[in-house]
Amino acid sequence: MTAAVEFSNTSRHYGPVRAVDAVNLEVAEGEFFAMLGPSGSGKTTCLRLIAGFEQPTGGEIRIFGEPAGGVPPYKRNVNTVFQDYALFPHMSILDNVAYGLMVKGVDKATRLREAEAALELVKLPGYGSRRPGQLSGGQRQRVALARALVNKPRVLLLDEPLGALDLKLREQMQEELKTLQRSLGITFIFVTHDQGEALSMADRVAVFNQGRIVQAGTPEEIYKRPQSRFVADFVGSSNVIAPEAMARFGGEKRWASLRPEAIRIGAEGGVAAKVLVSNFLGSTTRLSLDADGVKLHAMVPAGLSVPQVGETVQLVWSASDLHYMDDAA
Amino acid sequence: MSASPSPAVLTGKSGLLTAASDLFWRRPGLLLVLMLAPPLLWLGVIYIGSLIALLLQSFFSIDEFSGLIVYEFTLSTYKQLLLAANFDIILRTVVMASLVTITSAILAFPIAYYAARYAQGKWKALFYLGVMLPLWSSYLVKIYAWKLILAKEGILTWAFEKLHLSWLLDGVLSLPVIGGNSLSVSYIGTFIVFVYIWLPYMILPTQAALERVPGNLIEAAGDLGATPSQTFRTVILPLALPGIIAGSIFTFSLTLGDYIIPQIVGSSRLFIGQAVYTQQGTAGNVPLAAAFSVVPILIMALYLWAAKKKGAFDAL
Repeated sequence: MTAAVEFSNTSRHYGPVRAVDAVNLEVAEGEFFAMLGPSGSGKTTCLRLIAGFEQPTGGEIRIFGEPAGGVPPYKRNVNTVFQDYALFPHMSILDNVAYGLMVKGVDKATRLREAEAALELVKLPGYGSRRPGQLSGGQRQRVALARALVNKPRVLLLDEPLGALDLKLREQMQEELKTLQRSLGITFIFVTHDQGEALSMADRVAVFNQGRIVQAGTPEEIYKRPQSRFVADFVGSSNVIAPEAMARFGGEKRWASLRPEAIRIGAEGGVAAKVLVSNFLGSTTRLSLDADGVKLHAMVPAGLSVPQVGETVQLVWSASDLHYMDDAA
Repeated sequence: MSASPSPAVLTGKSGLLTAASDLFWRRPGLLLVLMLAPPLLWLGVIYIGSLIALLLQSFFSIDEFSGLIVYEFTLSTYKQLLLAANFDIILRTVVMASLVTITSAILAFPIAYYAARYAQGKWKALFYLGVMLPLWSSYLVKIYAWKLILAKEGILTWAFEKLHLSWLLDGVLSLPVIGGNSLSVSYIGTFIVFVYIWLPYMILPTQAALERVPGNLIEAAGDLGATPSQTFRTVILPLALPGIIAGSIFTFSLTLGDYIIPQIVGSSRLFIGQAVYTQQGTAGNVPLAAAFSVVPILIMALYLWAAKKKGAFDAL
């Protein structure tokens, strides 16, 4: 099967700045794919390369097998949901949604009918006569989604789609986007700097750092088996333990990651650590601990007794939860 | 806690100025009134007052034998405006102002678009300098400079000659109505100078409007399948329209009222401004001059009303 989007050695350099540097990537058809990374890591540039707003300075991009080099955005069957939605302020919501059909010459009755259907899909029926300025952020986001989906793109690109929404709305939209993607079967590629969002929504995640993909895989792989300290640090706030400390803890003398929830507070026979800070998070309590000069985080599930700040406790973990990494940063 | 806590209300400052500041802080309206009163009085008395005086004049008439103003309400002065000679002046001025406005808009747009979308750093500074520089020099000097450029012995005639294009210039000058003996005594000359003088007033508001169009709207249009020309028609132009209309208010009204450019460069046929000038000066017919000057006011009022309906001032 041809990949929906394929990067082969694709680069985008701005003079000496390597925004995207020799990226290889395959996104399968119908996949919900996340590009995760800190700001400036090249993920948004990758999205813009797929949309056609930027041209690669090296390598190639194929969209459903067809080379995308020199193809302008308006000739690509790819649509984008912009970070700040980019709704046309001088048009009604219905005209915004129908815009893609209008410029393709679809007759008025058909395009308005389809735009109304798209608004229904994003649960905003009857909002067509309003202006973008009259909607809330969450509603504008849905309009942007409807405006992209009405064109029936083969790939939908979402640039930090939930970045501007508050937590509650974000969680709700996460679920809705996922449901929508399943039911439509369109390939979704979304960019985010929020690892929780990437892990919970995507089928596959590519972690970006400094213009390169440092690891790609399913959310579980990325979370449980980070290949580098960067990934372990960035995804899931793992404890990254240096080789010397690892040796003192009785493990191999290599870089290792240990997830906070894998650490249990035991009575004896573990690693002694002093509680520095205790943060109550509701379902868990997050502890910052000092184990012989090594700073560790641990999660104590609700219901278990939480040690006091200043107390010395014993930390226990099973060897299978320890994940050794290449010592490369 | 320390032994002597600092007081909750500081008493360090006192005096007349501080008392005034305190008063203004408690009554912000008072400060506003004090700040606005002088300019509002100026506007109200000097500007609106004289405008009303002018309007009243237009409803008087002039005694044809004595040349004195008859202070009785009449519409006969306005009726005079409809006489062929006078109506021609109005028509000529309005057509010229419209053409100048349309041409300025067409010339200004690419410049403004470049400045708003692409120019950065020193190029942007250069743009502002280039647009503003002509505004720093004397209006009369610029017009006389143009008269020299456009004159029969001027550089333009010379350049056409050197390029072996004299036939083209002669052809244009031989056109009826807009042609003439040389560019400096033709409507074309008047038109060129008008466009030159008022162009900055079109560029700046257009550029300001384009600057407010977010770049991602243009990307979004392309993303949704709009070709560059469709993007221009459906997104860029509608969003820049308020700026273009604001600019056209300048170019249109300035052309409607100007009486110096057509006097120095152009045929001797009158424009509204010149008619006002001669009627209230040499002819001594102040009522007719007043009636003439009401015409641009009415036209502008109509134009502004239409522009407002179009939403030109929504973005202001």
